[in-house]
Amino acid sequence: MLEIRWHSRAGQGAVTGAKGLADVISTTGKHVQAFAFYGSAKRGAAMTAYNRVDDEMVLNHEKYMKPDYVFVIDPSLTYTADITANHKDDTIYIITTHLDRDELISEAPKLKGKTVYTVDCITIAQETIGRAIPNTPMLGAFMKVSKMYDIEFFKENMKRVLEKLPPKIVDANMLAIQRAYDEVK
Amino acid sequence: MAEKMELREVEVWDGNHAAAQALRQVQVDVVAAYPITPSTPIVEGYAKFLADGYVEGEFVMVESEHAAMSGCIGASAAGGRVATATSSQGLALMVETLYQAAGMRLPIILNIVNRALAAPLNVNGDHSDMYLCRDSGWIQLNAFSPQGAYDLNFIAFKISEDHDIRIPSIINQDGFMTSHTAQGVATLDDDTAFNFVGEFKPMNDMLDLEHPVTHGVQAEEDWHFEHKARQHNDMMTKVMPKIEKTFAEFEALTGRKYSVVESYDMEDAELCVVCTGTSVETARVVATQLRADGIKAGVVGIRVFRPFPFEQIAAALDGIKAVAVLDRSAPGGAPGALFNEISSALYSRDNRPLISGYIYGLGGRDLTRAHLVDLYSELQANADAGKVLTPLQQFIGVRGPKLSYL
Repeated sequence: MLEIRWHSRAGQGAVTGAKGLADVISTTGKHVQAFAFYGSAKRGAAMTAYNRVDDEMVLNHEKYMKPDYVFVIDPSLTYTADITANHKDDTIYIITTHLDRDELISEAPKLKGKTVYTVDCITIAQETIGRAIPNTPMLGAFMKVSKMYDIEFFKENMKRVLEKLPPKIVDANMLAIQRAYDEVK
Repeated sequence: MAEKMELREVEVWDGNHAAAQALRQVQVDVVAAYPITPSTPIVEGYAKFLADGYVEGEFVMVESEHAAMSGCIGASAAGGRVATATSSQGLALMVETLYQAAGMRLPIILNIVNRALAAPLNVNGDHSDMYLCRDSGWIQLNAFSPQGAYDLNFIAFKISEDHDIRIPSIINQDGFMTSHTAQGVATLDDDTAFNFVGEFKPMNDMLDLEHPVTHGVQAEEDWHFEHKARQHNDMMTKVMPKIEKTFAEFEALTGRKYSVVESYDMEDAELCVVCTGTSVETARVVATQLRADGIKAGVVGIRVFRPFPFEQIAAALDGIKAVAVLDRSAPGGAPGALFNEISSALYSRDNRPLISGYIYGLGGRDLTRAHLVDLYSELQANADAGKVLTPLQQFIGVRGPKLSYL
């Protein structure tokens, strides 16, 4: 069982990202689950979304999770949200920030000794999509860190997931995914 | 003609989208709706399919949930295939008309996305609304996952619209835990789905002007009781065989097997958790995990809540040593709703198990695997002692001092 927790602000696309990831993984025959805690669901409020992936049907519906990966797609949440909740020794963090890893850890000491990757999803999204929607770049970074799928395979499938968007936006998302894949450290 | 939609063999859908797709595939003629969280995407989905030409029908926007079901009643009496969806406070306002629909024998399908009742206001999932309308005379089927929300819609239309049945059906799914959780859903293609349910065949429809009929009449002391008795008689004698037959037909078509009472690992079980909704699946995970440690744990899930599977429950729990019944609704000064009904099914059996009740998960509070492991260990202690060692009603997952009663 692979488990992922997303930290986001409502409106930044974590739910779409989690469902998109689930959709792509499902095409390879694995079983998936994607859900979120909405709370009061106000735009800008801190929220979490979740993925489960397994070879068997996912029957577990508890919200409690000890994640294998934590995605932080809003830079400020590293400081204000409990992103290390239910940490286990091998939890991997992929964090949106303009800082490099050492700078980030010195500013957020709770990440000390943990496996941390950094990528600036916000800037990437602004420069490619034209809006600060950092969900798809995070998935590009995840593909690099996890080596889950070949990036071309992943992009082809994400194109299908995003097919209802205008073609220009889909292309911009593909650029964003590739840039985050290349830039995550 | 409505356009066909190409679906992949497995789509990643949440429970709401799965239900909306089912309403499209059976080509519902009329949806009258007043959207409410967390059920909104079901009727929104139908409206979008309609606007995009994927369904031939009509969406009626109304001013309240009471009007929504009233519109459904009118459309159903007129002779159409009719459905809607609601939750919580919306259902509370709709309840009066639910009794009308059942009494008028109109085969309407209602998707309830289960949610807590205020106050305090809460949009998350519990079963308070499910129990609110339990005596309304509707068939009630419970989904445990998005796949169930999809499949049970087809099954419900086929049961309700049968001219021997003519009783409306509710499909319950857990707010957020099913309705907003995306999982793989094995789909039916449009023709297969539609043909399973078939063309709608009206009966005593008001728009059949050759054969005028009256709907919604008054019947005082002279006839009211006979109408209610006949309605109950059909629920008690005709519906369960029809449900079982439809489950078997659905299995023959899809390979997916549904049962009135879903038993998991019950063949040699000594301990059993009885519940409904997503908790059934979480409990299965825990029972499997405990089996590896040699604990004979099983799970019974309530798939059909109305008509109540009295005999099937008693049979499923026959010979079990200790049973816990889980209720996801505020009991309001009584034992849990499900606890009471399960107890009544077991009381007259010679071999009845020890039984205890648990209130959990109100307003969407998480039911964790750890809670269930603790619960099974209490059951093991009861089984070993040959008596219930705890109070009959305990609260799990609530903050503050441990609450227990009875």
